[in-house]
Amino acid sequence: MNLVICLLSTRRFLTAAQIALTVPGYEHDPEDPRDHEAFQRKFERDKAELRELGVPLEIGTASIFDQEPGYRIAQREYALPDILLEPDEAAAVGIAARLWQHAGLAAAASSGLAKLRAAGVEVDPQATLGVEPVVTVDPAFGPLTSAARERRAVGFKYRVPEVDEPSARRLEPWGVVCWRGRWYVVGHDKDRDATRCFRLSRIVGDVRTTGRPGAFTPPEGADLISHVARSSGPIARNGRATVTVRHGRAAGLRRLAREVIPGEETDKLLISYGDPEWLASRIAGYGPDARVEGPPELRDAVIQQLKELVARHEPVTPAVAS
Amino acid sequence: MTTPRTSADRLGRLLNLVPYLLARPGIPVAEAAADLGVTEKQLREDLELLWVCGLPGYGPGDLIDMAFDGDRVTISHDAGIDKPLRLNPDEALALVVALRMLAETPGIGARDSIERALAKIESAAGDLADAPVAVKLPANQEKLNRVRAAVDSGKALHLTYYTPARDEITERVVDPMRMLTVGTFAYLEAWCRRSEGTRLFRIDRIDAFTQLDEPSRPPVEAVPHDVSGGVFRPGPELPLVTLRVGRGGRWITEYYPVEQVVKDSGEWLVTMRVTDLVWARRFLAGRPDVTVVGPPELVEQIRAAAHAALDQYAAP
Repeated sequence: MNLVICLLSTRRFLTAAQIALTVPGYEHDPEDPRDHEAFQRKFERDKAELRELGVPLEIGTASIFDQEPGYRIAQREYALPDILLEPDEAAAVGIAARLWQHAGLAAAASSGLAKLRAAGVEVDPQATLGVEPVVTVDPAFGPLTSAARERRAVGFKYRVPEVDEPSARRLEPWGVVCWRGRWYVVGHDKDRDATRCFRLSRIVGDVRTTGRPGAFTPPEGADLISHVARSSGPIARNGRATVTVRHGRAAGLRRLAREVIPGEETDKLLISYGDPEWLASRIAGYGPDARVEGPPELRDAVIQQLKELVARHEPVTPAVAS
Repeated sequence: MTTPRTSADRLGRLLNLVPYLLARPGIPVAEAAADLGVTEKQLREDLELLWVCGLPGYGPGDLIDMAFDGDRVTISHDAGIDKPLRLNPDEALALVVALRMLAETPGIGARDSIERALAKIESAAGDLADAPVAVKLPANQEKLNRVRAAVDSGKALHLTYYTPARDEITERVVDPMRMLTVGTFAYLEAWCRRSEGTRLFRIDRIDAFTQLDEPSRPPVEAVPHDVSGGVFRPGPELPLVTLRVGRGGRWITEYYPVEQVVKDSGEWLVTMRVTDLVWARRFLAGRPDVTVVGPPELVEQIRAAAHAALDQYAAP
């Protein structure tokens, strides 16, 4: 603490020897090698502690005649800039800080919040915003965001469910994206020499940083979301299906219908669709409760799926012994 | 003997404590301790340590000084520690990303406050605010806003709700408790008077709702669910089904909680719990990479239903 105060108060760079003469706790006999070594160890440890806390320690010399490096802390670099939050803004920050379920992020958020309060911000712990997002992150989130910030390349093992063995991937990570509640990393895949995105939940084991900081530059103004979202744009529903369903049945299909025309024995549903296979699987799931009248592409898809379903569930005598 | 970790923690706390007290002259010690999340004893120990800290010279005018008035404390000399340390990269990331999440949450109130707060935090965080994290949550903004307005009214609601497990649309009266988003979906958590329990209603499955004249009054036993481990956490009372899953169907294990996966070369044997066997029948149709292995009655139901459905298409 005294070291911080001392280095904040000085404009000149102070050498280790000068600091030892001023700051209590560093008293020692510089002529005694053992005593001097103990001081140096303690001083190194304290400097490491300051860096760990994020205290910006500057190193330089007071004049061109000095051989020894000196230290100081620039007030401008040290202090949190003035921040004036209105009560509603402070409430939002307080809620944001409670969002994380992940222990590391939760601790970082609350120590960040503690600094804001030290700057005079009053946070109402009871505030709510109507909808609470529940946010979980995958273990790879921390290492990947750090690597993206430092612009360091990473390596990790990636498992796609359709493939048996995880494969080693090398990536220059541009950033991490939360898309529809799932986390992805977007970047330049060094092996494929192309832009790729990876789902964080499929990363197996640790993420290793492989290069030095500042090793690459993400493309200017890259829209990370668009890389992830590209594959799942809006679906055009141009197909028009007519499906008959039994009275009081197939509630899930009725919800899809643009129009329900009640009938004597069955009701008629008019459904708009994009992907016939998708709608066919929904209809097939209702078994004899639903029947496609048209168009033929949908009718054929349903028949095909039902036939496969029968074939796969035909009793096979010796296959499963129990 | 303190470990380096706790010593850094304590230094961080002390550096924060001076500006915190400086901004709140005359704050009761107990209130400050509660606010800072430390015990009163701990806070008093920290204050005693501050007393021997100060500027070189360490005379009466150099040391940090404070005045006590009963249980209240006021900093009278701050020795240059008048501002908190700036946000470190992890703190900036955690706050900025959380605010972006909030701003993106469909149906959230006070979006304007969130965006203003985000701008101010970003400006205070400087270079660090450029967090390499982008957020896009799904949205049926319009419907969520309508449901939220109804919840904000504090009235009980009448819901028309689709339950896929039983494939039925039901009418019920609920006492709203809160709204939340988990992963891809937004939910209304409410006390359901019909089932006499707390239920999560997925917003996209609320087909219609009306506001009643009576107020929302969840009973004392209405406790919110802990959804940090996911919304659907099947209990042991639910039936188990076993599936043989080809490569193209392995995604099931990423989307649904499964009990067991046996990886037998290319094919996986997946065991999962389902709320209802009829739901399982509907769910598994049209998934060419999935075959039901058990229980036997489910296999039989699937086959019988598919046969009966095919008969409808047989040429007359």
